[in-house]
Order: sequence, then structure tokens, then C-alpha cells
Amino acid sequence: MAMGKPNLDIFAETLLSLARSDRDVLVVTSDSRGSGRLSGYAQELPEQIIETGIAEQNVIGISAGLASAGKKVFAVSPACFITARALEQIKNDVCYSDHPVRVVGISAGVSYGALGATHHSLHDIAALRAIHNIMIVVPADSLETREAILAAYAAPYPLYIRLGKAPMPDVYPASEPFRLGTCARIRDGHDVTYVACGETVPVALGAAEALAAQGVSCRVLSMHTVKPLDEQALVSAARETGAVISVEEHSAHGGLGEACATVLLRHGLHVPFDLVAIPDEHLVSGSQNEVFRHYGLSVESLAATAMRLIGGR
Amino acid sequence: METSERTLRLKSVSYREAILRIISQAGAGHTGGDLSAIDILNVLYNRILNVSPQTASDPDRDRFVQSKGHCVEALYAVLADRGFFPSAELDTVCRYGSRLIGHPTRAVPGIEHNTGALGHGLAVAVGMALAGRLDGRSYRVFTLLGDGELDEGSNWEASMAAAHYGLDNLIVIVDRNGLQITGPTEQVNALEPLADKFRSFGYALRQVDGHDIPALVEALASAPFERGKPSLLLAHTVKGKGISFAENQAGWHHRVPSAAELERAWAELAAQRAALEGS
Ligand SMILES: [Mg+2]
Repeated sequence: MAMGKPNLDIFAETLLSLARSDRDVLVVTSDSRGSGRLSGYAQELPEQIIETGIAEQNVIGISAGLASAGKKVFAVSPACFITARALEQIKNDVCYSDHPVRVVGISAGVSYGALGATHHSLHDIAALRAIHNIMIVVPADSLETREAILAAYAAPYPLYIRLGKAPMPDVYPASEPFRLGTCARIRDGHDVTYVACGETVPVALGAAEALAAQGVSCRVLSMHTVKPLDEQALVSAARETGAVISVEEHSAHGGLGEACATVLLRHGLHVPFDLVAIPDEHLVSGSQNEVFRHYGLSVESLAATAMRLIGGR
Repeated sequence: METSERTLRLKSVSYREAILRIISQAGAGHTGGDLSAIDILNVLYNRILNVSPQTASDPDRDRFVQSKGHCVEALYAVLADRGFFPSAELDTVCRYGSRLIGHPTRAVPGIEHNTGALGHGLAVAVGMALAGRLDGRSYRVFTLLGDGELDEGSNWEASMAAAHYGLDNLIVIVDRNGLQITGPTEQVNALEPLADKFRSFGYALRQVDGHDIPALVEALASAPFERGKPSLLLAHTVKGKGISFAENQAGWHHRVPSAAELERAWAELAAQRAALEGS
């Protein structure tokens, strides 16, 4: 798979083009314009970026006030900080008060690699899934990122958009329309389904391609909207392929995998299932890629997981 | 006493009666803080804010964010009196299914932001003020903070931003009643020298007796206190003000009056009304 741009870069480009033609578009950020690839935006549109300094609670509170007055606000800050230190502001000032702020968590998951747990966000999906009135979007590639930002711009409700910073290959089929709340079937198959989101999607796709060589046919769903979950696509996948593996760059607790498991059980679909995520432990140190490999978020390991699940067939 | 002052002071008596009625029927409420804040709310809604039920969604309306959300009974009493919702609805506060819950929410006409957790209102008010500046609108943003909630660091983050952006369309009012739930603020987590702290954070500051109606009107009408700076009105108040046995008692933070206490309160408020009518 040829590498494209990081999703973070696509986010910044898309936002800049929106902001050029709509003065109500605002970025609020916590000394993170560089990390958010927004230095160019800030130079071109200095009136449309509000800096709070290193103060994430302030980012969200101020964003809520701006949104209440009709501004189209993108609150941009590292995912690890904005969804933990400012969680109460997201819960109360954005979600509960229903001010449509787009919270953009940058360098999410283990993007910061060896910088340690302070900089990892492996809790964010779980925390926000339990808060009413916020959509959770985890784009995989350039197309999903661009479309998610465009949709978020038009959406009159709160969203959390979770972005990584590694270069991503294009995985989204150009023929398939993008809609928030509806997952993308990026590869069809009938033996097993990978349900992945964000930067793990290419890994799942790689496993599907590797298994094809062994005669195993895998479906791959890019579940870019983790909340609300596209239950119908998941249920169909379980019925049609008979086995499901969830794949995510998040704690095994409370993320995509548990969301999928709940849906399957509630529909009485007791299919072979495994949940591949970051386990509940003190993380091994290393780059994002090394951490992925360590915890089975690799092509080889995902392929082996699939073979184990469907071994009897 | 001028007619307009007498009118407002009579309103304060009525509001205090309404607060006690709400709290006794709901069986819950924040009596002490309601009574310390009510004269400020009275002046805001009857003399200062250019907002009414008819202009509640006008983009040019003044905004008010009550950061000390627990004193919602005071806000409900004033909003009902101003016609944002029927006064009869005050009987439903905290009842099953009522939109009038124990903290402010946007489900209630006239309320701009949901509060309840402390230390949230100021940052939101900063955002509203920034939006007004960006849009070239002339509205002002008022927010009312308790003194206890100043323990929350988020207030100081927001204060830095207010000064950094020179938001002279922002007026922060602090209900300085000196008490929080556990006891005196100076014993719980000392705030003093509070005025110096606010000045050093970049506010233009004025101090006022938060129960002196003409002084409140004069101070709030004079905002911004200084061009290019956010205004801070440090309103020195008495927790439980107007009900002698509740005044300055930390225990009245969220105490519900007994039947006997209510009788005494009605008598005291009736005497205050009679004195005003005779003046
Ligand atoms: Mg107090």
C-alpha cells in the first residue's frame, strides 16, 4: 500500500479551505498549532485562531462560549490532554449544554510512542462513549479524514474527531459515499470480518490481503464512526461471515471492541469473536509501530487471530 | 428613597419570599447563596441586561452565565418575575419530569448555559465575549461566580485569557459572601488578598456592597470599568442575607427551613416590606 499523507495534515488542509470561505470557522488551541499542522492556517487566518496557551480546560470552555454565539469551532489539542484534563468541560459545557463544538484530538492513541502514558490516549473513546450527546469519529485515511471534517463542519451537534499523525495509505474505496454513522466496507469477504478504526485499518486490510493468498476471504469494515455504531453493518457482517475480530488503537476496555461485542450479543449472534486492542497494563515502550506489533496489532498477528477463530471450518 | 430604588428593593423582598417557597416545596436548595446573590440578580435583570423573553435569542442580547449554578432558585425567581416562564411553574422545581431542576439548564427560557459543576462559567463567558468582539456586536457578557468556586484553577486560566484578549465586554461579578460549604473561605483555602489577585490577573476592579441596590446599579451600569480590560465587580455580600437566623451561617448553605423557621422568615420579610412601603 502506497503511503499518503498523515490524517493530521489532511485535517489541517481541509480546515484551512473551509475557513477561507467562512469567517465563522475558528480554531481554538492550547499551544498546539504546530502539533496540529496549523501554523500555515494561523499565518494566513490569524483572526480565526484563538490561542489559550497550555490550558485545555480553557480551550473547551471558551469553545463552548464561541459555539453558543454561532461560531463553528474546532477545538484542537492533543487527544491525551483534551479528553482527560478537559473531560468535565467536554461533558458539561459542550455535551450537556449542547453547544456544537468539534473536539479534535490530535496524535491520538500511541502516536507519541515512547513519550509514555502521559501522552497516550487509550481512554478517550471509552470516556466519551459514556457521555451523552457526542459523536465519536476515528478516520482511517485521507478520504475519511477530509469527509469527516467536512461533515463535522456542517453538523449542528458535538463531535470528537480522533486523529493520528502517521502517514496513511488510502484504504477507502472511491466509489463508496461517506456518511457519518455508517461504516465503510473497504474489502468484501465471507469467512471472517475485521472491524477496525483509525490507524489500525490498514493493518487489518494487510491481514486480509495476506489471508487471501491462503484462500481465506476477509471482510474489512472501517468503523470510522464509533458512536453511534453502525449496528446494521456489524450484524450483517457477523451473519454473513460468521466470525468477527475488532481492531483498535485503544484500551481493550470500553472501546470499539466492547461496543461491537455488546451489539453482537444483543442480537443473539454468538459467533467466534476476538478483540484486539491495547491490554490493561503498563505499556511497553517503543514507537507506535513497535507498540502495535507488541500487542498483536500487526498483519501477521491479526492473520493468525483470524485463522484461530475460523480454524474449525 | 427614590421610587425606582424602592421598587427594586421591594422586588428583592418578593424574590426572597419566592426563594424560600421554592426551597421548602422542593425540599432542597441552596438557601444561603441564593440570598447572598439575589440583590445582584435583581439589579442585573431589572436594570442592566438588555434581554427579555422577546429577545432571548436575539444575537445582540446581553448574555448572563451563572457560574455558581447551585443558586438556581434565585435565578428562577427572577426569570419567572421577568416573564421568561410562568411563575406557577416555580412550584415544580425539582419535581419528577420538571424542566426546572436543581441547577440552571438551557431547557429553561432565558438560561444561556448549563452549570452546576463549579469553575465552568467564566471560560464560557470568555468565549461568548470573544465571539461578540469577532462579530463586531455590542452585547456584553456578565457572569456571576461564587467565592468558594474560586478554588477551581479553571477560573484563573479563564481570567488570564480574558485579560490577554482585553475583553472589556466581559463583566465578572463575584458573590463574596466569605463562606463555602465547609466554613469560611479563609479557613478552607484562603483567597485573600482577593482584590489584589484579580487586579494582578489584569482586571479593572471595583468593590461594592452586594446588597446596596443603588450602588450595584451604579457599578454595573458603569462597566467597562476601564477600556481594554475585563471588569471585575467584587460584591461583598452576606450569605443568608435578609433572614436573620440564616445570615453568615455556613450551615445554611443548603439547609431547608423548618415550618417554624419559615414562619419567622415570613414575618421578617413582611416587616422589611412594610418598612419599604412606609419609606
Ligand atoms: Mg460563598
